[in-house]
Amino acid sequence: MTHAVLERPDLKSLFNILQKAGYTTIAPTVRDNVITYENVTDQSELPIGMTDDQKNGSYRLKKRKDKSVFGFVVGPQSWKKFLYPARLKLWEAHRNGKSFSIAKPENEEKKLAFIGVRPCEMSAISIQDKVFLKSTFVDSAYSSRREQLFTVIVNCTEPGGTCFCTSMDTGPRAKKDYDLALTEVVKKDQHYFLVEIGSDQGKEIANKLPLKEASEEQVSEADKRLNEAARKMGKALKTDGVKDLLYENAENPHWEKVAERCMTCANCTMVCPTCFCSTMEDSTDLSGEIAERWRTWDSCFTMDFSYVHGGSIRNSSSARYRQWLTHKLGSWQDQFGTSGCVGCGRCITWCPVGIDITEEIKTLQECDSRKSKSN
Amino acid sequence: MNTDPMVPDLFRVQKVRKETLDTFTLELSPKQKKFRFEPGQFNMLYVSGAGEIPISISGNPNQPESLIHTTRAVGSVTNAMRKLKAGDYLGVRGPFGTKWPVDKAMGDDVVIITGGIGLAPLRPAVYDILAKRGRYGNVVLLYGARTPEDILYPKEIMGWRSRFDMDVHVTVDRAAGSWHSNVGVVTKLIPKAPFDPQNTTAFICGPEVMIRFTTQELKKRGLSDDKIYVSMERNMKCAIGFCGHCQLGPYFVCKDGPVFRYDEIKRLLEIREV
Amino acid sequence: METLKQYLQEHPFFEGLPENDVDLLVGCAKNVRFETGAQIFREGEKANQFFILRHGRVAIDIYSPGKGNITVETLDAGEVFGWSWLVPPFCWNFDARVIELTRAVAMDAECLRKKLKSDPRLGYEMFKRFAKVMTQRLQAQRVQLLDVYSA
Repeated sequence: MTHAVLERPDLKSLFNILQKAGYTTIAPTVRDNVITYENVTDQSELPIGMTDDQKNGSYRLKKRKDKSVFGFVVGPQSWKKFLYPARLKLWEAHRNGKSFSIAKPENEEKKLAFIGVRPCEMSAISIQDKVFLKSTFVDSAYSSRREQLFTVIVNCTEPGGTCFCTSMDTGPRAKKDYDLALTEVVKKDQHYFLVEIGSDQGKEIANKLPLKEASEEQVSEADKRLNEAARKMGKALKTDGVKDLLYENAENPHWEKVAERCMTCANCTMVCPTCFCSTMEDSTDLSGEIAERWRTWDSCFTMDFSYVHGGSIRNSSSARYRQWLTHKLGSWQDQFGTSGCVGCGRCITWCPVGIDITEEIKTLQECDSRKSKSN
Repeated sequence: MNTDPMVPDLFRVQKVRKETLDTFTLELSPKQKKFRFEPGQFNMLYVSGAGEIPISISGNPNQPESLIHTTRAVGSVTNAMRKLKAGDYLGVRGPFGTKWPVDKAMGDDVVIITGGIGLAPLRPAVYDILAKRGRYGNVVLLYGARTPEDILYPKEIMGWRSRFDMDVHVTVDRAAGSWHSNVGVVTKLIPKAPFDPQNTTAFICGPEVMIRFTTQELKKRGLSDDKIYVSMERNMKCAIGFCGHCQLGPYFVCKDGPVFRYDEIKRLLEIREV
Repeated sequence: METLKQYLQEHPFFEGLPENDVDLLVGCAKNVRFETGAQIFREGEKANQFFILRHGRVAIDIYSPGKGNITVETLDAGEVFGWSWLVPPFCWNFDARVIELTRAVAMDAECLRKKLKSDPRLGYEMFKRFAKVMTQRLQAQRVQLLDVYSA
């Protein structure tokens, strides 16, 4: 059975079964006027009948006409905060005389189940896997969380105003890397989730769910909605040759124009589900006996980021914006064999001045400095 | 090395030696018997309560019993480091990064061009080359410093100068009375340096401005870009390719560098604020 | 006279200069030799010569009260030094001091100025060559000015 149906009233059992299997269930819920991912124990805490209206620099939560459970796009925070926490203690040093001893904090990782992961976000997780698990070194904190993770995708039938996952080939339907994938269908008389199984783990859980065999009509309805969603993307980005475009346009005057708008606030990097830069914070208690090292999220938009004794390499906002975009869409490919962008649109929605990476790329494509050279 | 590359190992300070007015050398002893590294690699050094910074290794790779770092006191961590005494401990993570191509350069003339504190990361390469001296052609060291007082490892340089199998030329930016050697920029030493441009590998370490002018001068002599190696410096927090700070275009200086073949990064050095 | 001509022809500064031009210049030239420590000229003195360095090393110094002589540049075989003879008021701006036994060809400024005035083509050629030397020195000094080795 690759296609099955979970009726809306049975969504409750997904939580119960995962919890019984030892997972802490994380899912979307409304908090502070946005939808965020939190520890959610019951389906009733989900953003039922809610949606989000997203535009450049704008996010508004609204009530829907129907009772869709996943009738929204994505909130400001991604699942990144669970696998790669914004603050993490790396070690603690205790002084004894002239020497000191260094120890890692005790690991008490919970098994996490993410319910309601968007396909673009699943791609973001796979991208961070490449960064933290598949490059020269392995990040042990990430790996211990990731290995135990269970993922339940909810495919997108209603893309938002800043979405462009089809351009990045990450949605609106998840293709791989998940355990279970749901497609929510709400009709006059029906409300169900079409279930696809993506792994052995997923199969194990699915076997315990009160699933029914999907009718041909139920499958084709879900397909239809996903195909429609692919046509309704709020944005588009032409990715052909984008790496070379960015490399060859490092000195394009357009960066200056973006810099006139960019406030280097770092919002885009904080909401991005793939941005992985971090810094270290050392602290010592008042007695000087205990020192700690913490890893915290950092952003290439800060001046300190590129500081080398004497000054910062990237002084201007244009250089910092160029670094972010060139890394995200260009050099990421050289580093990890994939683009760093999944098309979730968060950086567009949460930019206080509404800078739109799809627009900036389009402008660069139009005023490609290679064209003027050959003329 | 510790199983987790983010957790430092403790090293005991054996000696802190003043080199010049603002530079000093730390002699550390590993808790384990030996600390093996390749010339050009660096460590992350942690001073309790002050913080952690990358510093290249400047000792002899063939004498792994002690770990040597020479650095300049410029920030809070290096200033705390300078105040360390024999018997104190500091944290070490490493070694990290790429090495000087001491093996690939065999059979070639080697020209080492450096300025200021840049001699420290190159000293392990000098030791290694001299240990296998017969396998190289001419070995030339061109070194620039601010003033004669700022010359690093002066006694050692004198020793190298007195060897018959090594050409050492030192220049300073300005000098008072008793200085009898060159005054001028280090690039001025390149046109007359005794090496065969067709069979030479160049190692460069110094401020980026110096790297720029040095590569230009080497090109005038006819050296090709893929025979020139440079050591780059960027902000570093983790040294293992995770923190993102040291990015230079597609490269992480911590693991793809610090030693790069010049033709790999040439394009990037031409872009400002990259 | 023949060796002097050969010295000039072999020196990088005159590279590619037609033989008849060299013949003209050699009339202003003479062989000189300076012992280590000798002062070739001092700041403020009349600049009535310039030098084609064939061998040895010369320091260009600036005297600073309390600090003594500060060497800002050294010049070796293959280089030239002294261009104050080209520009009024024809006075040296620096000291030149011998660090290593130096052999050079000294060119008489008075004689040269006269010849170049009557032969503007050669005058232009000489100015071009000096301009190149001066540019190189200026660029080197600019890099030194950056004080790149400091923190």
